[in-house]
Amino acid sequence: MKTMEAVIGLEVHVQLATRTKIFCSCPNRFGDEPNTNICPTCLGLPGALPVLNRRAVQLAIKAALALEGEIAETMKFDRKNYFYPDLPKGYQISQFDRPLSSGGGITLSNGRRVGLKRIHLEEDAGKLLHTAESLDESRFTRVDLNRAGTPLIEIVTNPDIRTPEEAYEFLKTLKLTLEYCEVSDCNMEEGSLRCDANVSVRPEGSSELGVKIEIKNLNSFKAVQSALRFEIERQKRELRAGRTLVQETRLWDADRKMTRSMRGKEGSEDYRYFPDPDLVSFTVSREVIEEIEREIPELPRLRAARFVEEYGIPETDAGILTSTRALGDFFEEAVRSYPENPKGIANWITAELLREVPAEEMGKREVSPRHLATLVRLIDSRTITGKIAKKIFPEVVREGKDPEKLIEERGLKPISDSAAIEAFCREVIDANPGPVEEYRAGKTATFGWLVGQVMKASKGKADPRSVNEILRRLL
Amino acid sequence: MARDTAAEPFPFLLREIASGLAQGLFSPKEITAHYRERIDRYDGDLGCFLHVAEVSGDTDTSECAPLHGAPIALKDLLVTSDMPTTCASRILEGYRPPYDATAVKRLREAGACFLGKLNMDEFAMGSSNENSAFHPCRNPWDRDRVPGGSSGGSAAAVAARLVPASLGSDTGGSIRQPASFCGVTGLKPTYGRVSRYGLVAFASSLDQIGPLTIDAADAAFLLEILAGHDPLDSTSASVPVPRFTETLDGEINGTRVGIPKEYFSEGLEEDVRERVEEALRLLEGEGADLVEVSLPHTRYAVPVYYIVAPAEASSNLARFDGVRYGLRKEEETMMESFFSTRGAGFGPEVKRRILLGTYALSSGYYDAYYKTALKVRTLIQRDFLEAFRSVDVIATPTSPTPAFRAGERLDDPIKMYLSDVFTISVNLAGLPAISIPCGFVKRGKALEERKNGDAEEEAMQGGADLPVGLQLIGKPFDEAGILRVADAYQRRTDYHLRVPEAFS
Repeated sequence: MKTMEAVIGLEVHVQLATRTKIFCSCPNRFGDEPNTNICPTCLGLPGALPVLNRRAVQLAIKAALALEGEIAETMKFDRKNYFYPDLPKGYQISQFDRPLSSGGGITLSNGRRVGLKRIHLEEDAGKLLHTAESLDESRFTRVDLNRAGTPLIEIVTNPDIRTPEEAYEFLKTLKLTLEYCEVSDCNMEEGSLRCDANVSVRPEGSSELGVKIEIKNLNSFKAVQSALRFEIERQKRELRAGRTLVQETRLWDADRKMTRSMRGKEGSEDYRYFPDPDLVSFTVSREVIEEIEREIPELPRLRAARFVEEYGIPETDAGILTSTRALGDFFEEAVRSYPENPKGIANWITAELLREVPAEEMGKREVSPRHLATLVRLIDSRTITGKIAKKIFPEVVREGKDPEKLIEERGLKPISDSAAIEAFCREVIDANPGPVEEYRAGKTATFGWLVGQVMKASKGKADPRSVNEILRRLL
Repeated sequence: MARDTAAEPFPFLLREIASGLAQGLFSPKEITAHYRERIDRYDGDLGCFLHVAEVSGDTDTSECAPLHGAPIALKDLLVTSDMPTTCASRILEGYRPPYDATAVKRLREAGACFLGKLNMDEFAMGSSNENSAFHPCRNPWDRDRVPGGSSGGSAAAVAARLVPASLGSDTGGSIRQPASFCGVTGLKPTYGRVSRYGLVAFASSLDQIGPLTIDAADAAFLLEILAGHDPLDSTSASVPVPRFTETLDGEINGTRVGIPKEYFSEGLEEDVRERVEEALRLLEGEGADLVEVSLPHTRYAVPVYYIVAPAEASSNLARFDGVRYGLRKEEETMMESFFSTRGAGFGPEVKRRILLGTYALSSGYYDAYYKTALKVRTLIQRDFLEAFRSVDVIATPTSPTPAFRAGERLDDPIKMYLSDVFTISVNLAGLPAISIPCGFVKRGKALEERKNGDAEEEAMQGGADLPVGLQLIGKPFDEAGILRVADAYQRRTDYHLRVPEAFS
C-alpha cells in the first residue's frame, strides 16, 4: 500500500485585547463575577443595537497585516443565524463573504509556507457552565454572558499543513506574532486563543482531499499536536482496514489521549447568512491602514536575526531573547544602558534572569534592565566578582535594588588592595604546606585549589586576577 | 356626525397643551387626569391601550421644555423602563425592560408624561391590529371596523382624543395606514432620522419611529424632539435637524407636487380616489404645480417587501428563545424548550413571516429571493430619486380603501398585505412621508345589518363616515417639505379636526 500523508488545516479564534466589547461599551475582561459585564446590547435585549468598536477593527487589521494578509476595501458584517443558549441574539455578528483580510501566511522553519485563507472579525458567544458533560446531559446549565460580545478574529489556514509538528510550529509562531503586535494576550487557559483542527489523510502525492474530520476541544498547542497524531493514525488504520470515513466532528479527550465522535450534532447547518442591517458597511482608507502598519513592531524572526547581526550573540540566545516581546525589549534596553558587552548581558538574561523570572512574566514584574546592565558592567570592570554578582542577583530581581547600592550596603566591595590580598595568600600558603609542596613539585592543578582557598578566606571579595598574580609570585 | 372640539375645557393640540402648561393655565396633574378620565370612559370599548400608566402627574414636569408635562402614549414596541413592553405578543407578556428607547428618553427629557402603552399588531406585523395577542383595537369612526395597523392603537387613541399625540413605528405603512383609517396625521420620518435604539426590531432596514398627531404642526413639534443622531444607533444619520415648526408658513405657491400614475390605478376605490383628487385640486388652487411622474418599479414593492421584511424579522425575532426573558416553556432538552417556547409565544402571522423569511434566506434560495429583492429595492429607490429631480413632493392616496371590517381580511393574507400597497415603496426607498386626513367616504354599517338589506343602497344612505388619507412623500431628510404642504392643506381644511361623534 502507498504511504499516506495527512492534510491539515487550522481554524484559530483569537480574542482581541480591546478595553471594551466589540458592539457595546461593557468591559472586555476575563475572570469577573458571572453576568456582571453586561448591558442591553450584549444581552440581546429587545430593541438594543450594536455599535462597532473602532479599536477592534484596528487590532484585527494589525493582526492581518502582521500575517501578511490583504485588507478588504469594504468592511461589512453579516449575521450567522443559529439557536444556542450562549448566543443571546440567536445570531452571531460575523463576516461572511467579505472577510476583513484574505491571504497571507507563515513560513515554517523547514521552509514550507502555511497560507491563510482568510481572517475575519466577529463577536464571541457567552459561556455555558453545564452540571454534566454536555448541555443535553445536564439537569441545568448556567449561562454567563460576560464573554458575549468579546471581539474575536477567526484565522483560517489553507490545508497546507502536513504533520502535527508543523501544526505545532505554526501555532507557536502565530501566537508569538500576535503577542508581539499586542493584538491579544493569546492566553489559552483563559480562552483568548482557541483552535480547531481539520484533518484528512490521502495517498502521498495525491491532489485530492480525503474525508475531513474536525477536531474540537483542543486546549493547548500540545493537545493539538497529540490529537492530530492520534487522529492521523486512526484514519490511516480505518482506511487500511478497508473502512470508509465519514465527515464528522470529534472531540479530543485529553485524559484518555484520544478523539471521540461528538454525538447529536445536527447535519450540515444552514446559517442563513445575510448582511446585518444594524451595521453600515464602510471603507478603511489607505492612510488608516498605513498608520496601523506603522504600529506593528519588528516581528520576532527579523528581530532575532538582527540581534545576531548587531550584537554578535549566538542564534540560540537570540531565539530565547525574542520569545516574548517584553524579553527582547528588556535585552535591548539593558544593552542601551551598557553597550560594551551585549553578549554578557544576553548571557545573564538567558542563564540567570530566566531562572528567576519566566519569560511570560517579563514585563509584568519590576525588573530593571538598567540594574542587570549595571551588574554586567561591575563584573567587567572587576568591581565585583561573578560569584558576588550571582549572590546578590536574586535580590536585584525580586526587590528591584540597584546593584551598586547593594554592594555598598553589604560591604561587598572587592578587595583590590594588594597588601590585603597578599596577607590572605600568605595565610593560605602557611596553612597548607602539603598542597604548596605539590604545586612546587610541578602539579600545576593544585594552583587552582589554592586560589579557591584564598577566595574563600577573603569571603569571595578578593579580585581573582590579583589573587592569581600575587599567589603565583609568592609561590 | 363629527364636530369641532374647540369648546373642550382643555386645548386638544399637543403644542397648545404644552404652552398652556408652560403658562400655568392648568397643571400637568389636571391635564393628565382629563385624559385618564377619557381613557377610563372609552378605552374599555376601543381597546387602544395595552397598559395604562400609573401616572399621577404629581412629579413636576412643567419645567421641562418644550412639553412641560404634556401627555403622550407610546406604541408597545418602544421599550420603557417604567412600563411593561410586550410588542402585543404572548412571548413578552409582563416583560419589563431595564432601559428606555432613545426616542422615549428624548421625550422624557422634553417633559412628556406617558399615559401608557398602545395596542398594535404583534411585533408590528399586520395592517389591522387584529394580530394583537391580547385584544383587538376598534376604529373610533366605526367600531366594527379595524383601526389599521400595525400602529392601530396609536392612531385610534389620537382619533378618539384619548391622547393628544402618540408614537408609532412604520415598517411598511404602519404609521400612515392607521393614520389614514382613523383620520389623524401620521408621519414616517426618513430612515435614519430618528434613532431606532430601543424600538423592538421588526425589519431593521425599514423600521422608523414617528409621531401620530392631530395635525402636521404637532408632528413637526414632536419630530424636533425625536430627530437627531444617536451614537447608540449606527444607522441613525448625522444630518442637521431643522426647526421644523418654523418652516410652516402655509405657503405652497410654486411647490411642485408629483402625481405618480401608478398609484391611481386598479384597486383604488373610486370615492377614495375622488377625495384624493379633490385634495390635489385644492393644492393646485393655492398655487401648487401638479406634475405627472412615473414610479414604474412600484408594482414590485409588495413582493420585494415580503422578502426583505420577513428575512430580517426571522433573524430579529430569534432572540425570543425563553433563555433570558419573556415566556419560557420547560421541556426535556434545550432545543425542545426553544421550539415549545416559540410555538406557544408567537401568533400565526408572526410565525408565517418567520417561515417566509427563513425560507428566503436559506442556502440555495438566497440569491433567487433575498439578493434579487435587494436589487429591485435599489430600482424602486432610483425611481423616486429620478422623480424628485422634477418635483418637490409626491402625493398619493395612503391606502386604496378606507378602514375595512374586522375579520374581513383575516383569512386572506395577500389582501391584507395589499392595504399597504401605496406605503411600502416609501420604506423600501427610506423616504419621509406623511398621511393627512383629506375627506370622508361613506360605507355600510355592521355586517349583521347588511345581511338584511341592499348593501349598496345602505351604503348610500346612513352608514359610517370613514376618513380618507392623503400621502405626501418627500426627498430624503426633507420632512420640512412634506410638513409644509401638509400644514398648508390643514390651514385650509378641517378634516383633521373632526372627532367621531361618540368621542366628542
